Amino acid sequence: MIIKGFERYMKLTFWKAVAIVLMALGLIAAIQRFSSGLGATTNLKDTFPWGIWIGFDILVGVGLAAGGFTIAATVYIFGLERFRPILRPTILTAFLGYLLVIAGLMVDLGRPWAIWHAIIMWNPHSVMFEVAWCVMLYTTVLALEFSPVVLEHFKLRRLLKVIKAVTVPLVIAGVILSTLHQSSLGSLFLIIPGRMHPLWYSNIIPFLFIISCVAAGLAMTIVESYFPSRAFGRELELPLLSELARVIVVVLALYFTVRIQDLMSRDALQYVFQPTYQSVMFLVEIILGVVLPFFLLLSTRIRQSRTGLFYSAALVLLGFVAHRMNTAITSMEHWPQRVYIPSVQEVCVTLGLVAFGFSAFAFVARYFPVFGEEPHAVHEATVTEPVETLAPATTE
Amino acid sequence: MLRSKALLIDITKCIGCHECQRACAETNHLSGEPSSELSATHYTALQSFNDETVFVRRLCMHCNQPTCVSACLVGAFTKTDTGAVLYDESKCIGCRYCMQACPFEVPRYEWGSLVPKIQKCRMCHERVAAGQQTACAEACVIGATVFGDRDDLVKEARKRIDENPGQYVDYIYGLNEAGGTSVLFLSAIPFEKLGFPMNVPKEPIPDLSWRVLSQVPKYAVAAGVVLFGINWITARRTEVARFEAEQRRRESVPQLEGSGK
Repeated sequence: MIIKGFERYMKLTFWKAVAIVLMALGLIAAIQRFSSGLGATTNLKDTFPWGIWIGFDILVGVGLAAGGFTIAATVYIFGLERFRPILRPTILTAFLGYLLVIAGLMVDLGRPWAIWHAIIMWNPHSVMFEVAWCVMLYTTVLALEFSPVVLEHFKLRRLLKVIKAVTVPLVIAGVILSTLHQSSLGSLFLIIPGRMHPLWYSNIIPFLFIISCVAAGLAMTIVESYFPSRAFGRELELPLLSELARVIVVVLALYFTVRIQDLMSRDALQYVFQPTYQSVMFLVEIILGVVLPFFLLLSTRIRQSRTGLFYSAALVLLGFVAHRMNTAITSMEHWPQRVYIPSVQEVCVTLGLVAFGFSAFAFVARYFPVFGEEPHAVHEATVTEPVETLAPATTE
Repeated sequence: MLRSKALLIDITKCIGCHECQRACAETNHLSGEPSSELSATHYTALQSFNDETVFVRRLCMHCNQPTCVSACLVGAFTKTDTGAVLYDESKCIGCRYCMQACPFEVPRYEWGSLVPKIQKCRMCHERVAAGQQTACAEACVIGATVFGDRDDLVKEARKRIDENPGQYVDYIYGLNEAGGTSVLFLSAIPFEKLGFPMNVPKEPIPDLSWRVLSQVPKYAVAAGVVLFGINWITARRTEVARFEAEQRRRESVPQLEGSGK
């Protein structure tokens, strides 16, 4: 028992150390960025104004948060109560994801102190306007969706009742805002027909972004269920995750069909077979990130194995990350006139944010009832049920 | 109201003297020598082709329906009625979507600044509003860059092509690019050989995103109704199931008592 605890302690310390180092490096890079400017600390330039802070921190960050709206809709709208145990961790991921997106945005924006302008200076013709409002509103919705966890912990019963009463409208608002946000991130690129590689420019980018984020959001739920089960010794909800994996199979198939059909209809399939940097990236995205996990997850044996699920879901995430990064970065590159390789600081800030996300998730999961024994009680119990029974999910 | 102004740049006439660039720098208080690339301190650039015999100016095209104006979420860009597209730094949040969106890749950023601005040609807005021509047109003594009403300059460009067969390619760059621009080019060499982007849509580019954006309210309402509907059905189903279970339990209670133990 002692040895087991000791082992776990050691394991945590190693990852803790990694996280602390990454966060420290990220912080240093961010300080450099704010003291010497974007030009000195990034490889962004006039011909390449958006880099990995947009391509990864924002596009991918928002996408990975998509589990939030899918699982919330599954439980509250479609009434599939059996998915409730994974609801809270997924909402937490989404909420943290959005907070990190905002953090990344503050580093990337040239004038972050003016970000509030978006609230009063309106241009409804701008996709970025839609993006900004989706970020603001959906982050608020996510905070409210997650708030019961905090309210329970501090036993604030009256507020809990209020939140409970508005849960369904909140979830519906969340689904609308989140799908709009995912699609609008794709719509951002509609206005750049000339510069993007035909393998990625399409007038259905917004639609592709919605489909792909559903698969990625669910895959993220599987991947992150793996970590708490190791870190806190909790069993992950294997049957539920297997079910999610089946949904992922369907979504991947849909995505693949739509993607290939889109390429064919635009006569762009030919670019896949040309030996270019772009075609390699495309193949990585589609073969490793869509086709391979599709076939892996078709197998019942893999769907019912923790490791199998984890690695297949990780591949889905890889494909998703590749699609969004390729859309934002690879598709704009033209060797040798227009190439972008992120600077050390850009990479450090990004890794620091990721490390912060994992640490924050671990922290909240440890001290608040995220993987709570009785998450059912909160939502299903009658209002009169004493909140005291909802013991916070602290680990031993 | 002023008629929309424009610049007509006849590449066949340009001798590469850089006077337009010097006048531009002076008028806009920009530092630095004439350059072949646009930058935060160069609102107009001059690029040479064919062993320095052909010179092409680069500058903001001042689109009739500018992509930057529609792209900027805080409305920092405006198309004035003189035709100039202007940028207001007091609104800008620095997202650089305008740079990404511009089909001509014109907006430049002050990357070195901690309070960075977008920089680009302003079509000498104050001068034009005061009835003068742009500094570059005034400086161009040989008339390679001329300033005037856009309608007149389009006619003039057409006339030059028609009256000088073989001297020009039969194309006015900027007439229809991105739905038309306030800077027009004439050339003897095909434009694609001079670095002009030829795949710029001939329709106003803001339409590309507006087609999707205009659907947002409809989508939100429809999705809201559908989701509430589904929720109502599933909630009702749960309620009915619970009621039925309750009834079954009541009915089965006496039976249990009778048969049990």
